[in-house]
Amino acid sequence: MELKEKLVSSFLAFEEEYTGANDDLHKIRNQAIKDFETLGFPSRKEEDYKYTSLKSVLKENYNLFPKKENTIEYKDIKKYLIHEIDTYDLVFIDGIYSSHLSSTTHDKIDVCLMSSALNKDLYKPVIDNYFNQIAPKNGLNALNTAFTKEGAFIHIHKNILADKPIQIINFSTGNESSLFVQPRNLIVVDENSHCQIIERHQSLTEHPVLTNSVTEIFADKRAIVDYYKIQNDKLSASLIDNTYIEQKSESFCSVHTFSLGGQLTRNNLNFYQRGERIDSTMKGITIIEGKQHVDHNTLVHHIEPNCESHQDYKGIFDEKSVGVFNGKVVVEKEAQKTNAYQSNNNVLLSDKATINSKPQLEIFADDVKCSHGCTIGQLDEEALFYLQSRGIPKKEASGLLMYAFANNVLASVKIPEIKKRINKLIALKLGVELGFNL
Amino acid sequence: MLKIKNLHASIEDKEILKGINLEINPGEVHAIMGPNGSGKSTLSSVIAGKEEFEQTQGEILFENTEISEMDPEERAHKGIFLSFQYPVEIPGVSVTNFMKTAINAHRKANGLEDMPANEMLKKIREKSASLEIDRKFLSRSLNDGFSGGEKKRNEIFQMAMLEPKLAILDETDSGLDIDALKIVADGVNKLRSKDNAVLLITHYQRLLNYITPDVVHVMIDGQIVKSGGKELALELEERGYEWVKAEKTV
Repeated sequence: MELKEKLVSSFLAFEEEYTGANDDLHKIRNQAIKDFETLGFPSRKEEDYKYTSLKSVLKENYNLFPKKENTIEYKDIKKYLIHEIDTYDLVFIDGIYSSHLSSTTHDKIDVCLMSSALNKDLYKPVIDNYFNQIAPKNGLNALNTAFTKEGAFIHIHKNILADKPIQIINFSTGNESSLFVQPRNLIVVDENSHCQIIERHQSLTEHPVLTNSVTEIFADKRAIVDYYKIQNDKLSASLIDNTYIEQKSESFCSVHTFSLGGQLTRNNLNFYQRGERIDSTMKGITIIEGKQHVDHNTLVHHIEPNCESHQDYKGIFDEKSVGVFNGKVVVEKEAQKTNAYQSNNNVLLSDKATINSKPQLEIFADDVKCSHGCTIGQLDEEALFYLQSRGIPKKEASGLLMYAFANNVLASVKIPEIKKRINKLIALKLGVELGFNL
Repeated sequence: MLKIKNLHASIEDKEILKGINLEINPGEVHAIMGPNGSGKSTLSSVIAGKEEFEQTQGEILFENTEISEMDPEERAHKGIFLSFQYPVEIPGVSVTNFMKTAINAHRKANGLEDMPANEMLKKIREKSASLEIDRKFLSRSLNDGFSGGEKKRNEIFQMAMLEPKLAILDETDSGLDIDALKIVADGVNKLRSKDNAVLLITHYQRLLNYITPDVVHVMIDGQIVKSGGKELALELEERGYEWVKAEKTV
C-alpha cells in the first residue's frame, strides 16, 4: 500500500527531529513503527472492520508533515469553541500547537502539551507510568505511537477538581494539500479528582484531512471524568478516534460522542475496569446523510466485581449513509454482580440508508445483570399523526420527532452550554426551526 | 359545520365504519356512545385525517368543504381538533415550545406572522391558569412521564390554546378521577360558544353530567343506530347497549 510505505519511509526523518531527554520514547517509537510495518492498516477481512472500509480514505496522497505555518485568528475559530464559558483550551493547527489560541495551566493541574511532557524530566514519571500502556497493539495505534509528537497532556493531581472544562481542539488548514495527522493525548486523573474535557477535530480546508487520534485516559480511585466528543467536521474530513480508558475502584467515567459531520468516522472506545464499584457510561448521537459513514466500536471489559456499564447510542440515517454499532461487553469470571446495560436505537429515513448493529456479549460470570437491546425502525406513525393533528406539517413533525428521539441522550450531559450547543446542531441538522428557545 | 354522509372506512381491508351519517351545527355538543370496538375512535381519527384508515365511500364536509383528501395538518388549520385517548410522549420538547410551534404553524397556514412572544406568553398564562395548570408543568417535556390525568388535562390545554371550531374529544374522560374530570369538563364548557361545536366520544355517561350534550348518538358495529336527547345517555347507562341492538335488528 502506497500510504503505508510512505509513512514507514518518512519515519527516520521524523525520528531524527526528536531531541528530547526521554530516551525510552525512541525505543517506543521505533518498536511502534516496526509493529505498524507488520500490522499495517486494518482491512475488511478483520471482524472489527467488516462494515467499515478505510480504503477510500487511505488512497489519498497525504502530506504528513506540513511545513508552512498557518495563522488563524480567534474570530475564525470562535464558533468551534464552547466560548460561552471559561475553559482551558489546547488548540492545535495541523498538529502544531498554537500558543496564542490556547490557554494552559500548571496551577494545581497540568493542562499542557504532549511535546513538553515528553521532553521535560519533570513529567517523565507520569509518561513512564501511563504513556502507551493501554492502547492495544494494532496498526492504527502503532502508527500513532510511532509519530507521537503533539497532543494534549492533562494531569489532575490528587484531590483536585479542575476549576473549568478543558477543550482540546484540532484544526486542519492544509492549505497546500491534503493532510494526515496523528494527535496523541494523555489524560491522568488522580484519586478523588474530577475533570471535564471537550474534544473536537475541525477542518478549515476543502482538501481531504485524515485524523488518526489516540487518547489514553486513566481514572484513579474515586475520580470522575466526563468526556465530550463533538464530531461535526466537513465532508472532506475523516476521523479515526481511538480512545482507551482505564478505571480504578469507584471511579466514574462517561464519554458522550456526537457524530453529525465528516465523511468517515470510526470511534474505537474501550473501557477497562480495574477495581470495584466502577461506573462506565458511553452515549452517542449519530445523525448523518449523503454518503457519510459513522462506526461506533465499543468495548467494556468488566474485570472485577460490582461494576456497572451503561451504553446508549442513537442513530438517524438518511439518504445513502451508513451506520455501524459494534458493542462488545466482556464480563470476566471474577466480575460477579456486574450490571451491564447496552442499547442501540436507530431510525432509517431512506431505503438506501444502512445500519449494521451488532451487540457482542461474552459473559463468564454467573451472577450478573446484562441487557442489550437494538432497534431499527421508521418514525412512529401515531406520533406523527398526533403532531399533524395539532397543525404541524408532516416534514416539521418528523423533524420534531427525530429531535425528541435523539434528545434524551443529552440528559446526562453535565455542561449546560454543551447541551445547548448540541441541541442546536441537532435541530439544525433535522431542519427543526420551530421557535425553540435553545 | 360538520356534515358526514354515508361514511365508510376500513383498515387493512377490514371495514370499520359502515355508513355513518352525522350532522353537527355550530353551538352544538354531540356525544357518541357505544360498546368497545363499535368504531367510535375510528370515526374521530377519520375526521381528523389519520392516513392509516382508508375512506372507501362517503363525504366529510367541514363548513361546506370536502376535507376527505386533506392532510391532518390542513384539517387542523381549518379548525378541527382531536383530543387523543393516548397522547404521544415527546421527550425534549417542552409543553410551551410545542404550543408555540403548533400555534405558529396555524398562523403560518392562515397567512399570519408568528405570534409575538409577549402575546404568546400572556395567552399561555391565561389558559393554563383557567385550567389550574401549574407553571412548572409547562416547562416539562410534552406528555413525558405525565400521569393519565395530566395527559388529558394537557390535551384540553392544547385545545384551549388552539381554539378550534370543532373539538373532538376521544375518551377524554377515561382514567380521570372526579376532580380532574371536573377541570376537563370545565375547560370544554369554557370553549363552548354559539360558533363552536364539540363531539364527545365516551363509554360512560359520567362525563355528560358535567358537559350537557344536545344530541346523543349510539354507535354499534360501525353505524349510528340511534340518536336522541341527553336522556338517551341515562337510559344507556341504566340498560346497557343490548336493547338498542335488539331494537336495531327488529
